Amino acid sequence: MGQVMVVTSGKGGVGKTTSTAALGAALAQTGQTVAMVDFDVGLRNLDLVMGAERRVVFDLINVIQGQAKLAQAMIRDKRLDTLFLLPASQTRDKDALTEDGVAKVMKELTANFDWVICDSPAGIGKGAVFAMQHADLAVVVTNPEISSVRDSDRIIGLLDAKTEKAKKGHDVEKYLLISRYDENRATSGDMLQIDDILEILSIPLLSVVPESQEVLRASNLGSPVTLCSPNSAPAAAYRDAARRLNGEVVALTIPKEKNRLFGRIFGRRAA
Amino acid sequence: MADICTPFRLVGRSHVLFVLTPQPPITVWLGELDTWIQRSQGFFDGKPIVLDLSDVSLNKPEFIALIGDLKARNIPIIAVEGVDSELLDPELPPLMSSNRSSEVIEAAKAEPANALTVPQDVLPEPTSLVVDKPVRSGQSVVFANGDVTVLGSISSGAEVIAGGSIHIYGTLSGRAMAGVTGNAEARVICRKFNPELVCIDGTYSIIDDTTSHLVGLPVQAWLEQDQMHMRELA
Ligand SMILES: Nc1ncnc2c1ncn2[C@@H]1O[C@H](COP(=O)(O)OP(=O)(O)OP(=O)(O)O)[C@@H](O)[C@H]1O
Ligand SMILES: [Mg+2]
Repeated sequence: MGQVMVVTSGKGGVGKTTSTAALGAALAQTGQTVAMVDFDVGLRNLDLVMGAERRVVFDLINVIQGQAKLAQAMIRDKRLDTLFLLPASQTRDKDALTEDGVAKVMKELTANFDWVICDSPAGIGKGAVFAMQHADLAVVVTNPEISSVRDSDRIIGLLDAKTEKAKKGHDVEKYLLISRYDENRATSGDMLQIDDILEILSIPLLSVVPESQEVLRASNLGSPVTLCSPNSAPAAAYRDAARRLNGEVVALTIPKEKNRLFGRIFGRRAA
Repeated sequence: MADICTPFRLVGRSHVLFVLTPQPPITVWLGELDTWIQRSQGFFDGKPIVLDLSDVSLNKPEFIALIGDLKARNIPIIAVEGVDSELLDPELPPLMSSNRSSEVIEAAKAEPANALTVPQDVLPEPTSLVVDKPVRSGQSVVFANGDVTVLGSISSGAEVIAGGSIHIYGTLSGRAMAGVTGNAEARVICRKFNPELVCIDGTYSIIDDTTSHLVGLPVQAWLEQDQMHMRELA
């Protein structure tokens, strides 16, 4: 049985789809089979970021409504043959999703893949709840700003209340992925500090992905950043995250955080 | 198979109600209410509100206008008290039968909807509640029977409402409302202070120029003659 992982955030545009693609590719590179499911019905994006938009024939809704078999709708990645995508529908809305339909698709996916990664839509509505419903673990994507952190807090509350696991009295494992971290703005106090985010959200930190042009370049080229620029800082952060998800212990590197901590300790002493 | 007849059940259940007590002049009071709503977005969502009119004297058109004003602010009134019954008609919220004024009607923990009907009078109800998880944005913990201890933090956008005191071992970034059953002795005590709202027995306070120096410190808040006091925990 594969594991179901939801990539979620509450707030929109924080990097869920980018992270789904980058983590999916990094996990598939280790030889595991990975299915990425786009739950953003009506605003599909994952196919674009994966460069598969011209290969979409059937989608999640078609499978749920019985118009296509799951195997017909899955798109195999051209670069990694263990990586698959189940696209969302662009023309339908999320009311076309049903609880039974989603449950059936998830069951079939977990029987056939090591990892099932659900790319959640923004918000705390029905679509986000469908995406998290069957999750064993959750990657909560947050940007270092107060509104994003607050929305993530809200989403963590939903993960503890609305998932199948929570309803059975179990815990969904939750990991924090801080994305679009900018060392200069963190030092100047424009952004929330990592310590503060961790204090508010109190879930373990999976990785810190820096703000980087490489991410934009990768998504314009239709390739996950972990494949497109493997030597870049964001690719390294996502690769480390994937290794941690596989249970490896990897030291956490936070871009230039040392200077800041030193500055703070120093400042305190002077006061 | 024959239909199974579900027995008719009428179960007594106690809830915490929130009481609004308008003060004259009503226009000024509504202005204050708007300030409160602005500071505490979503506070009234889904909360049962009773309107206590014993401090104002309204004629029927004024009364209907007030109910309308509250509805326009998304505050649905489930009952009123402190008015003459002739002011009321079936279109308006009913009169509360309790004769206690401006206090929460009955304080007990709401039972789960499908609670077994086993007699429980042998065991006294617990008078304290320990919350061993952080209270997250959008969540609300209500415990009217006594004190609430939160081992983690109360996030911005979250709230804890207690009949007794509230103790927070983490950061208080949301709302803490203590003594809601009319207990002026209740306190709010936290390890790190940064609240959106602190309220004890209906007297509330927010962070302003006189309290901003307490942000980030361990703090306790209490009432003295209806005045909120806050001080760093020594
Ligand atoms: N580390 C990063 N550095 C720079 N830009 C980034 C980074 N991560 C994401 N972005 C950019 O931010 C934008 C939003 O990213 P993405 O689509 O992954 O977010 P999302 O959370 O899936 O959004 P939505 O809520 O709309 O689904 C994209 O333009 C993406 O390229
Ligand atoms: Mg997206």
